[in-house]
Amino acid sequence: MPKTMFEKIWESHLVSEEPGKPALLYIDLHLVHEVTSPQAFDSLRMSKRAVRRPDLTVATVDHNVPTTDRSKPIADQISKKQIELLGKNAKDFGLTYYDIHSPNQGIVHIIGPEQGWTQPGKTIVCGDSHTSTHGAFGALAFGIGTSEVEHVLATQCLIQTKPKTMEVRAKGALPKGVTAKDLILNIIGQLGVDGGTGYVIEYTGEAIRSLSMEGRMTVCNMSIECGARAGMVAPDEKAFVYLKGRPHSPQGAGFDKAVEQWKKLPTDPGAKYDRVVEIDCASMTPFVTWGTNPGMVVKVTDKVPSVESFKTDADRRAAQRALEYMGLKAGTPIQDIPIDYVFIGSCTNSRMEDLRAAAAIVKGKKKSPKVQAIVVPGSAIVKKQAEAEGLHKIFTDAGFEWREAGCSMCLAMNPDVLKPGQRCASTSNRNFEGRQGAGGRTHLVSPQMAAAAGIAGHFVDVRSWN
Amino acid sequence: MQPFVKHTGLVAALDRVNVDTDQIIPKQFLKRVERTGFGEFLFFDWRYLPDGKPSPQFELNDPAYKGATILVAGRNFGCGSSREHAPWALNQYGFLAIICSSYADIFRNNCYQNGMVPVILPEETVAQIMANAKKKNGYRITVDLGKKQVYDNQSLKASFDIEEFRRHCLMNGLDDIGLTLKNEDKISIYEKKRWPELSGKK
Repeated sequence: MPKTMFEKIWESHLVSEEPGKPALLYIDLHLVHEVTSPQAFDSLRMSKRAVRRPDLTVATVDHNVPTTDRSKPIADQISKKQIELLGKNAKDFGLTYYDIHSPNQGIVHIIGPEQGWTQPGKTIVCGDSHTSTHGAFGALAFGIGTSEVEHVLATQCLIQTKPKTMEVRAKGALPKGVTAKDLILNIIGQLGVDGGTGYVIEYTGEAIRSLSMEGRMTVCNMSIECGARAGMVAPDEKAFVYLKGRPHSPQGAGFDKAVEQWKKLPTDPGAKYDRVVEIDCASMTPFVTWGTNPGMVVKVTDKVPSVESFKTDADRRAAQRALEYMGLKAGTPIQDIPIDYVFIGSCTNSRMEDLRAAAAIVKGKKKSPKVQAIVVPGSAIVKKQAEAEGLHKIFTDAGFEWREAGCSMCLAMNPDVLKPGQRCASTSNRNFEGRQGAGGRTHLVSPQMAAAAGIAGHFVDVRSWN
Repeated sequence: MQPFVKHTGLVAALDRVNVDTDQIIPKQFLKRVERTGFGEFLFFDWRYLPDGKPSPQFELNDPAYKGATILVAGRNFGCGSSREHAPWALNQYGFLAIICSSYADIFRNNCYQNGMVPVILPEETVAQIMANAKKKNGYRITVDLGKKQVYDNQSLKASFDIEEFRRHCLMNGLDDIGLTLKNEDKISIYEKKRWPELSGKK
């Protein structure tokens, strides 16, 4: 019987399956960061358990780390304690650990692929909802809670109920100036923030195949924003080329052998998904969120919607709340909204392709004097490469700050925080109330759109940027 | 883990949709390395004014909801981040069960891990419970996991579905790790098949 890629990976990782019960699924890669793991290690110690497969467990610090000068000690003592505790846990339990000064440090979802830990066909988990990023390589990757982190540490398995499958078919090609970020924002807008709940999404179609691995990671990254725990893309030559020669990819003849296996992963012709959704890409534009969840999104050429345009009473009240929180009036053209801050970074958009695209926009220009702008590379390796290409110079010449790698202002656990009322054009993934700082107002956009807004001081249609 | 069999308690209404885990427990409290002490920070940014006083606007600050143990809320509750600090905060504040028409997947799983019951009922039934709780006259309901029913002492009686495995674990206070470790032999067999070269090392 023809099978979907999800089914192939699911079935090859079943340790135990009994009718009427959730399955016991083997986990090939467990990524760990400082925020959601301390309680798990603590419980492990209390019950005198070891980490079953330290060789499949990789840790780094990203959520809490300052992005300014790292030769100075960490000022926030609670953050410092959490960061140091991961170092101790990694050492005590024998895990691979990229510490704050490691040349390989970075956002866990950036360094997984970068180091070649992420591979097609693997089951990958992390105590972080954006683990869906790794699905871009044809892996089954999803976020878990701290109890489940402990479960995987202790058993290398997870108790899982089989999710349903959804194909999101991106038809046509993305027009110039329209990016992977716009594509996924559009998908979330169409499905709604709970449209993918209970599903694993496989993204297919011409527009997905045309995307680079970076772009596919951006798309899969935000699958969780429509409720889907995992998003996947079938691995192809682009994925294989990306992975070849990475430190933890299979090496030599082992790589060719692995590619042979990886080529068997894509969904068989005729395999059935539980739901199929088609997205038209040819008519797509850049998108900007106006509200307080990623589904509250419109075209850059649109206006802030009215409360009355929502169908249910609950949604109208949510829209009203969102408009009040965001300090916006219905009917305001998106391009008339002024901004105070630009954040280019996060596991959604902090890879080389993102930084190159943003740099191309700001090159030779100056930021608006009323805007503060920071560029936070996803990893130390991205930072180093960007500097080798001179991108840092382009940004700093334009008045954008160039920072060290980490999650930074995506969730503002470190010192990079919006002040109440400040409005940010952000390349991150969540525009929830207070996400980037209590009272802060977030608009999610592509790196190009964020960069252009930083120059103009308000949103602009990057398609007509020169 | 504390078993949950049947519970009767005061219902607090949070009539908002898509309540995300960033609201349930804002990020500044995720720096704590303990599993406890999150209740006082539940819904922090909604619950407190910038000067630290309780916000009179926020639903749960209503004295009528003091001592509530059941929360009824709008659809897609717990969306966003995977932080288990969200169910910890709800639980440590005093909630033992939540009633919604839908939950985000990771949040729902995290509830199970902490002995808290995420009850799913049809929109109309949730609306009815919400309306009753919003009258603020001490509306109480019973969540009966044994019968898979929610009922009050008036006319409400609704059945809900829950995976049999999860119901069994909740009612007996079983944690997943203990159960999985009973499958140790199966895990070892699986590993030997996948990584023959590792045999003997374990």
